[in-house]
Amino acid sequence: MKLAYYPGCSLKGTSFEYEVSLLKILETLNIEVKEIPDWNCCGASAAHSINHNLSVALPARNLAIAENGGYESVLAPCAACSNRLKSADYELKTDDILKKKITDSLEMPYKSEMSINNMLEFLIGVVGKDKIKSKVKKPLSGLKVASYYGCLLVRPPKIMKFDDPENPVTMDELVVLTGAEPVDYSFKTECCGAINSLSKPDVVMALTGNILYDIKKHGADLVVVACPLCHSNLDVRQREIERKYDEKLGLPVLFITELLGLSFGINPKDLAIDGHMVAADRVLKKIEGLPNQQ
Amino acid sequence: MARIGVFVCWCGSNIAGTVDVEKVREEAAKIPGVVSALDYKYMCSDPGQNSLRNIIKEKNLTGIVLAACSPHMHENTFRKAAAKEGLNPYFVEIANIREQVSWVHEDKERATAKAVDLMKMMVEKVKRDRPIEDVRVPLNKKALVIGGGIAGIQAALDIANGGVEVILVEKEPSIGGRMIQLDETFPTLDCSSCIMTPKMVEANQHPNIKLYTYSEVEDISGYIGNFKVKIKKKARSVVEKDCTGCGECWNACPMHKNVKSEFNVNLSERTAIYVPFPQAVPLVPVLDRSVCLHFKKGGKCQKCYDACGPKCINFDLQDEIIEETVGAIVASTGYDLMDTSMYGEYGYGKYKDVISGLQFERLLSASGPTEGVIKRPSDGKTPQTIVFVQCVGSRDPEKGVPYCSKVCCMYTAKHAKLFAHKVHGSQSYVFYIDIRSTSKGYEEFVRSTMEQDGAIYLRGRVSKIYEDEGKLIVKGADTLSGNQVEIAADMVVLATGVIPKKGSDKLAQMLGISYDKYGFFTESHPKLRPAESSTAGIFLAGMAQGPRDIPESVVSGSAAASKILGLFSKNEYEVEGTIAGVNEATCVACFYCQRVCAYNAISRKEIKDRSGKLVKVVANVNPGLCTGCGACVNACFSKSIDVKGFMDDQIYAEIKALAV
Repeated sequence: MKLAYYPGCSLKGTSFEYEVSLLKILETLNIEVKEIPDWNCCGASAAHSINHNLSVALPARNLAIAENGGYESVLAPCAACSNRLKSADYELKTDDILKKKITDSLEMPYKSEMSINNMLEFLIGVVGKDKIKSKVKKPLSGLKVASYYGCLLVRPPKIMKFDDPENPVTMDELVVLTGAEPVDYSFKTECCGAINSLSKPDVVMALTGNILYDIKKHGADLVVVACPLCHSNLDVRQREIERKYDEKLGLPVLFITELLGLSFGINPKDLAIDGHMVAADRVLKKIEGLPNQQ
Repeated sequence: MARIGVFVCWCGSNIAGTVDVEKVREEAAKIPGVVSALDYKYMCSDPGQNSLRNIIKEKNLTGIVLAACSPHMHENTFRKAAAKEGLNPYFVEIANIREQVSWVHEDKERATAKAVDLMKMMVEKVKRDRPIEDVRVPLNKKALVIGGGIAGIQAALDIANGGVEVILVEKEPSIGGRMIQLDETFPTLDCSSCIMTPKMVEANQHPNIKLYTYSEVEDISGYIGNFKVKIKKKARSVVEKDCTGCGECWNACPMHKNVKSEFNVNLSERTAIYVPFPQAVPLVPVLDRSVCLHFKKGGKCQKCYDACGPKCINFDLQDEIIEETVGAIVASTGYDLMDTSMYGEYGYGKYKDVISGLQFERLLSASGPTEGVIKRPSDGKTPQTIVFVQCVGSRDPEKGVPYCSKVCCMYTAKHAKLFAHKVHGSQSYVFYIDIRSTSKGYEEFVRSTMEQDGAIYLRGRVSKIYEDEGKLIVKGADTLSGNQVEIAADMVVLATGVIPKKGSDKLAQMLGISYDKYGFFTESHPKLRPAESSTAGIFLAGMAQGPRDIPESVVSGSAAASKILGLFSKNEYEVEGTIAGVNEATCVACFYCQRVCAYNAISRKEIKDRSGKLVKVVANVNPGLCTGCGACVNACFSKSIDVKGFMDDQIYAEIKALAV
């Protein structure tokens, strides 16, 4: 099966760790993905609040390039990207008039026949649990990990068709595969404040703070995510949150691909784990036999 | 030679305001065969009808056309008037110039032209009318009631008290339905079982009522007056006539764990041989073979048999099929509560102390798992703070159903009130969208829950419920103050929406009655025929029709009963003669008509010669079932089937009249 890879802007910028770790584990898993040539913005955050046609046309162009290139499946690791790609695909599937308008302006046909996967769907559905399990060399036993899903992976359920929208478990299943212990807590899909981080940081600190303190209370050593924006709020704002609420958190926030990489025995440096604001070294020391980071 | 009379009604200004009625009358008079034309202000009034009758007599009319309102309104009135003068009532035709002309058009000239056209069509039709006799169907004066909740019991008792035999079929081991599960009833706080059990006992002891519990209707065929019913009496493993209900068997049963009590909505356990509740009617246990060790472990355990004094336990009893013939049926199958699993954010099933309204009823009830002391399921402690969430599933087109479940506002107010009465110093919070308390004494009841019992009502939805340090944190919006609120509660009660009983759609298909997209049975007319189904002889009662409370269920049970008693007051049932008829000479027995008939009215008929040899097979119309819808007429390739009163030549004549 030919697999297309749509990185989106975050994975080439603020969340480079996500791409680095992702490509590294796919290498270990022996899975080849090809970056969609000449890909463009998925339209997240801005396009769908301003211009509906544009919000469909932007992701549709990426999809059409992939489909016409003979790909059967698209991996969009960023939760916002996968959300936009799936939403556009859904609209094109259900609205023939819109489809004609969009494909006319793209000057490309689009049949809507590819499967579009977020990171977790890709790992569970395309790669498969057995294959992942077979690559686990350094089980992360003793590590307690909270999976934070946020909103974009599961909502709206009608379109995303991914996991239980109120109590998703896919990421927890991956955590189990790494040998770590998943932590159950109450705010798996609570809002982190998203892009308000730029315009209303106070709101984000309150919302993200709720999530992080709840995770802390349930005894987790670290948090895994599959969304660059979630990551940025939980990681980058954490120091400020600690100051604001005068209570220590010290929760490293990793991408799920990084956690899998660790369990595969990949050097943390090669997974870019040193690229986060909240340092993970203290927690990683808990894992026996992990290659020294220095 | 046809002698037709045309009568044009003004209907005050309803018709005359938009249609030039004199012009219609003048045009009528010009049609060959019309010997009398008249316009009058109100044809349906006594003087109107009298003039119609006088003209029939004077002019010796052979047919009548009324250009008036819809036939749904007064066709019967005029048919009766004509019949009094000796005219076959089917020689009366109506041209609807009110609903189809004056009410829907503005331009008087064009409206008048259309009215004239409609009138002309009916004149051509009436010229070709043949006399039609109404069909009489004999009635078996026995009724079947399906579902032994309050509505079904009420219907059965009323019919039985009217001197008619009733068969009452109930799926569960005891009659009583949902009402017997409730604690107290709003707004009077009568104890539900105290007012329900006398009815159950009366139904059981009534000489005219035959009770089949733990039984299901398997098959129904036939038609009004003559339904053939097959009832499956499930094997109880207990010989009913010998059982004294002493309880030795269920006390001896070793399976007293792991089987959840359906009656207590999973809040307690029951044994494999059990009665659902102490006041069960009949007080005869049922052996649940799916969990009984005797059946699961190859006959080793027979502790109940050993304990039974009268030796009425029989492991070999089999399901029995009982056949009955009845003249009328009441469908009162009741309701279930919605599954709230789509509200993951409320944590029902995840947190033990998030329970449904029906579970809270069981906690309140003296016959419940806690003997009426409010204890929370997780640790048995008495809660001090309870949050009640209304409209869980109801009024939520996205996740649940768009309709209002009607009873939740009232039972939630009752719950909050009883909680305040039973746990002094406690506090309840109620999240609501609107409060719907529209019956007698209801609004006062809700008010007193707020004002005297101190329940805090918050107008808004709950977004999330989660556990934190032994408390359930309820996050929601208070839209009146515009604030987000968070309440730390000991227990949460969800007012889950009401849906039709599982399997009621299958029953409806078996009965041949219609149901809506949710599965509630549909009335023949929502306002004027609320007790009748779309199929003659089948009546509806209770929550199977839609959400309603106890008094309304009782009323609907009585209404169905009175309809049946009315039906049975005659020896025969008259069916309108406008039904399908088969031309046996041309019928080729392809039975396309049978395939399209929605009422199962068409059967195969064998025509034999005198020696008994089969000559041919033809389609045959059952007059008890046929509604005259005409679907078979369209399906028939050989043009062998026609609906009386709507024969081909009549329809063509109507079309021709329009073309001229």
